[in-house]
Amino acid sequence: MEKPVTRDPGFYVMVAIGLAVMFAAPLMLDLFTIMQITQYVVLSVFALSLGYIWGFGGILSFGQAAFFGLGAYTFAVASINMGSTTIPMVLAFIIPTIFGVLLGYFMFYGRLSDVYLGVVTLVVALIFWKLINHTAGPEYSIGSARLGGFNGIPSIPTLHIPGDPTAWLDPGQMFQVFMGFLIVIYIALRFLIASDFGRVSIGIRENETRASLLGYDVRKQKVVVFAIGGGIAGIAGAMWATYQAFIDPNSVSMEMSAKALVWVMAGGVGTLVGPIIGCILLQWLTLQLGTVDVVNSIAVLGAIMMILVLALPRGIVPTVRSLMLGGYFLWKRNHGTTIPGKAVKE
Amino acid sequence: MDYSLVIALEMVRAVAWLVLLASGLAIIFGMMRIINFAHGEFLMLGGYTVVISARHGVNEWFAMLVLAPIVVGIFGVLVERLVIQRLYGRILDSLLATWGLSMLMIGGVTMIFGNSVTGVATPLGGMSIGDYQVPRYNFVLIFAAIALLVAIWAALKFTKAGLIARATMQNPDMSEALGIPTRWVYMATFGIGSAVTGFAGALLAPMTGVVPTMGVNFIAQSFITVITGGASVIAGTLTAAGLLGSISQGMTFLAGPVYGDAALLLAALVLLRLLPQGITGRIFKKSL
Repeated sequence: MEKPVTRDPGFYVMVAIGLAVMFAAPLMLDLFTIMQITQYVVLSVFALSLGYIWGFGGILSFGQAAFFGLGAYTFAVASINMGSTTIPMVLAFIIPTIFGVLLGYFMFYGRLSDVYLGVVTLVVALIFWKLINHTAGPEYSIGSARLGGFNGIPSIPTLHIPGDPTAWLDPGQMFQVFMGFLIVIYIALRFLIASDFGRVSIGIRENETRASLLGYDVRKQKVVVFAIGGGIAGIAGAMWATYQAFIDPNSVSMEMSAKALVWVMAGGVGTLVGPIIGCILLQWLTLQLGTVDVVNSIAVLGAIMMILVLALPRGIVPTVRSLMLGGYFLWKRNHGTTIPGKAVKE
Repeated sequence: MDYSLVIALEMVRAVAWLVLLASGLAIIFGMMRIINFAHGEFLMLGGYTVVISARHGVNEWFAMLVLAPIVVGIFGVLVERLVIQRLYGRILDSLLATWGLSMLMIGGVTMIFGNSVTGVATPLGGMSIGDYQVPRYNFVLIFAAIALLVAIWAALKFTKAGLIARATMQNPDMSEALGIPTRWVYMATFGIGSAVTGFAGALLAPMTGVVPTMGVNFIAQSFITVITGGASVIAGTLTAAGLLGSISQGMTFLAGPVYGDAALLLAALVLLRLLPQGITGRIFKKSL
């Protein structure tokens, strides 16, 4: 059972680490490295979105990139048209959330089973990808933003201080703002998961029939969880768009959805730290492999995915956690002390 | 008059196309309730078999009708032995694993053959209907789809193996209790499904060319057809392909192929909202 967030030392450790990185990194690292690790921060937010709906809502979305891309394109189109980035950032949350509600309505109120759910989410992302690829001609523009098809949208504005479009953030500040986003989203999710709402979601994940017999509206609950995940993925997409100042249909591709799945699987389903760790680890690995010509990065990603499913289905964080806990209890038993928290409570 | 004949022919071809694309997947799904996410790459493998055989001077019909199913079928059995069989009862994990396999295959084939389109000449050339030219090959596709469905139906209905397959499909535990080695049945099913997919891939190769990433273009259509159809292999595939094929082909005529795909998805979403178990989950329940 989840402990109250405020009484979990792990929570404070994580937030402290996050804050330390946020403030110390720009002082200690050079500009290039900062820009490199900003990428990990953005993708970690994306990983969190899937980690939340999969691990704490039992919804396995195979097309999470649809929301990522929708957020990115929303941000790109809105910011190019408005010349400001504040409202587009909000829109990049709202529009994917609405899309999540709509899609969720069709899927969850239809009571689709797991396999069907996976296939439908995948196909939605796939069709979205095809549609965007198709918009190369000049007739596909929204306001002054051309969608650009497979060429993508260039010169997306850099994030600026709200209310002052001329006060652009430099890369160091951008990194700090994005770290701030990541930390805030992490904290918000932790509290959401520990709330009544979150507990019901976990109950549904564990046993859908039981939850509905207890009187909870499983369908509504799932739609909300799915939409929140979509909104977070949308924010990640917007961050990605402004970080790169460019966005193309690759952000909606199957590879992007698969990456998110692999990160969460590697880090551990049912944790929030796991997806972040998985994301950083595997992105770093991909980057290293990118320098080697012989191996194809897609093949490696696929191989990792298969190996994870077959050999390490629980992921890094839960495995390490249970190893550590196991070691701890073993040590305690050998030293003859009672296990804390388990003592004569019954 | 001629034009409407051409349109009608195109509609039938679209349906046949979906039947070919989806049959192999439907066989596996109907039996094992898993979706093979590497389906697109199995198609691709069928296509490459034709390309390589043609390069070595093998007769193209022999490559399409015999070699491609055998190669991909054997590959399917290997995959089942090495991966899928470890994941029975873990449906979602098997989806993830086959997705990993799909990327591994795309990457692997790219490393071997490079990321370029290899064309295969369309056999048979064209014929004219009034003022319009249509490829004769269309009739091959339509005939192949019909033959495939009839063959599957006959195999399920009239052979001993078909009886065993139907029993396993209906109630795996009871079949196991009656002495049917269900694990071998699953292996055979996966192999046959793969072989059918390889056959389809080989037939598609002349129309689309062959490239490592070609699978992506077909999986949306195949997946949607199979899950809209539901668990019955023949009735499901046929009804879903008929419905979705005509919707998407109609939309393609009106607005272009991308919107055809979008219409396909939209129709499938609405349909699944109404019939969550697919068409054959509610209607034609008892059919094959």
